[in-house]
Amino acid sequence: MTSQNTQPELLSGGAMLIRALADEGVEYVYGYPGGAVLHIYDAMFQQHQVKHVLVRHEQAATHMADAYARASGKAGVVLVTSGPGATNAVTGIATAYMDSIPMVVICGQVMSHLIGDDAFQETDMLGISRPIVKHNMSVRRPEDIPYLVKKAFYIAQSGRPGPVVLDIPKDMTIPSQKFPYEYPKDIKLRSYNPNAKGHPGQIKKALTTLLAAKKPVLYAGGGVILGQASEELTVLARKLNVPVTNTLMGLGAYPASDPQFIGMLGMHGSYEANQVMHNADVIFAVGARFDDRVTNATKKFCPNATIIHIDIDPASISKTINAHIPIVGLVKPVLQEMLHQLEKNKSELDKDALGQWWQQIKQWREVHGGRYDQSPSHLKPQAVIEAVHRHTKGDAYVTSDVGQHQMFAAQYYKFDKPNRWINSGGLGTMGFGLPAAMGVKLHYPDAEVVCVTGEGSIQMNIQELSTCKQYGLGVKIINLNNGYLGMVKQWQDMNYDSRYSSSYMDSLPDFVKLAEAYGHVGIRVTKAEELEPALERAFALKDKLVFLDIHVDPTEHVYPMQIPGGAMNEMFLSKTERT
Amino acid sequence: MRHILSVLLENESGALARVVGLFAQRGYNIDSLTVAATEDPTISRLTLVTRGDDQVIEQITKQLHKLIEVVKLADLSESAHIERELMMVKVKTTAEQREEVKRCADIFRGQIIDITANTYTIQVVGTSDKLEAFIQALNGTQILETVRSGVSGISRGERTLSL
Ligand SMILES: Cc1ncc(C[n+]2csc(CCOP(=O)(O)OP(=O)(O)O)c2C)c(N)n1
Ligand SMILES: [Mg+2]
Repeated sequence: MTSQNTQPELLSGGAMLIRALADEGVEYVYGYPGGAVLHIYDAMFQQHQVKHVLVRHEQAATHMADAYARASGKAGVVLVTSGPGATNAVTGIATAYMDSIPMVVICGQVMSHLIGDDAFQETDMLGISRPIVKHNMSVRRPEDIPYLVKKAFYIAQSGRPGPVVLDIPKDMTIPSQKFPYEYPKDIKLRSYNPNAKGHPGQIKKALTTLLAAKKPVLYAGGGVILGQASEELTVLARKLNVPVTNTLMGLGAYPASDPQFIGMLGMHGSYEANQVMHNADVIFAVGARFDDRVTNATKKFCPNATIIHIDIDPASISKTINAHIPIVGLVKPVLQEMLHQLEKNKSELDKDALGQWWQQIKQWREVHGGRYDQSPSHLKPQAVIEAVHRHTKGDAYVTSDVGQHQMFAAQYYKFDKPNRWINSGGLGTMGFGLPAAMGVKLHYPDAEVVCVTGEGSIQMNIQELSTCKQYGLGVKIINLNNGYLGMVKQWQDMNYDSRYSSSYMDSLPDFVKLAEAYGHVGIRVTKAEELEPALERAFALKDKLVFLDIHVDPTEHVYPMQIPGGAMNEMFLSKTERT
Repeated sequence: MRHILSVLLENESGALARVVGLFAQRGYNIDSLTVAATEDPTISRLTLVTRGDDQVIEQITKQLHKLIEVVKLADLSESAHIERELMMVKVKTTAEQREEVKRCADIFRGQIIDITANTYTIQVVGTSDKLEAFIQALNGTQILETVRSGVSGISRGERTLSL
């Protein structure tokens, strides 16, 4: 073959953008058209490799892309117009940023010569998004588009992942102006070298410390899921026979049904997980960042522990809690190296000490054990989640919104696999759940996808029921309807003498009729005996979106709950008990 | 503790805004900031004076490193270094004050770089402390205006911060 006939094709900026996405392996783009992106939408129309999903609000596009990334590990792609299109995407970008989710957001912009003139639908999206992105860039010359797309994906997906915004002035995509197209194979930036393997000396030191522990705990976060290191984590934990706790973001990183799993930790963590942390002599933190919803008061945090901390982001190490043995590196290669060293040395922890530790943990497990009060008159939200777990054989993708229902889902849906629990942990974005479920369902049409939500949260992006109809997205919505902004109400019960300032939801819609109006199936459940048949029916309707409006106990609280200002192990255990 | 951070930055639009934004968002303070291209026009050098305990400074340097456009950075105050700042002061000078002001400028190795019937403009170069001492020494003279460049710094000896 000669190279003569491999002349690069001539494409417009808009066409180059779409082709670059195709070359990057992108199947779906979620978005909403408008003036500044019309050239791009026209280019989209004229090809069939990249498919576009039209949402009903740009926020939903960002959450769809985000959830796709959480489920698949690959960056999701969003396309919005300038001005209001871009600003509507802001909440979703911030959501992805807080949870380190790879995402590429393409925003239209007014023509280059109008920038700075307060032109129609002009906003400074680079300025607006700067604090909530891993990086952002604007296109200055159409011929740079392939390189900038490559760079955007590279930055979004490598190291500690995050969202990248690419701002494209309209005159960069003019159909008549064509340029030779070539997609770069790879990219190197002198200012960015993200992939660290971890210092071997530090890894050795960490292992020695861990092996000398008498009361060890493995504290694993979202970094294990993002770093696709669940398997290594599980093997290591089992080899050492140490207890494992997962953060809210890390659920599924270690199988919940495993006997070594002690539950989630933190504000609404299990009694045993918080006790184990507080009393540990060695805390091995893997891809977790000592968030304030985990540590409670940092001054009282785990007084006797030596802390080993693996994280790809050095800024996460010793930020709030000092790490004695820091290891900067990707979780997977670091754990692999640890396993390798362990294999060579054939060493293990002190059997007697570990036996005593497990004995102690057994006692802690009996103190609370995830119990909840039964009510003769009301369905309990916890029981609903347990039933959903049974009906989906624990194998569903579960997305959630934010509130009590989110915590119940985290506590009672026992996740055995990574990438299955999809929630906005860092930003706590109400309105995340439904679009997130849609993003997952679109890519995994055969999987069971459940959105656990509340009557408050679901109304923040309820318009997406229409998108679900258009694309036949048969997600199951579990609306834990307590008639309150329940998490707000819980705090008002506990701290404001039950003065329910604006936490009561009056004039709720008839969700069954609403679902039907959008062309879906709605089922209402108000009594305990209706739950099983309703779930049976909902999950039998394979391809249908079913909206289950489940009326649950409006007085329920989430427990355990750490006592503000206290140590990790200071908790309320029910409305009447505390540690 | 006062620290002088020297940062090599891609000379791209928006890069400086990212650095300044970082300090604002995370509540770090900036005492002074100077920036200009280096001998390689694709790289800017930014010198930043900030204050904080060790933990804060560690976070600042880590957070700066995370910015995609930051190529390299060093905390000059960690080792021997030279620090300079340039100041121009315009003072009102009556005939009888002129001698005194001139003598004072000489002591600080300042130069008179502009002159009118009623004013002197003096340039002084040195550490920030020295510039402050000079302002103190001018007491009794009416200062009309001061302009300071902000601190620049460089390591002593053969140590460099370069690509
Ligand atoms: C966009 C947004 N606004 C406000 C909040 C604060 N907030 C957290 S939980 C919550 C109540 C959620 O109510 P609902 O969806 O009904 O869930 P429940 O707690 O009742 O289960 C509110 C208002 C938030 N997290 N997100
Ligand atoms: Mg509610």
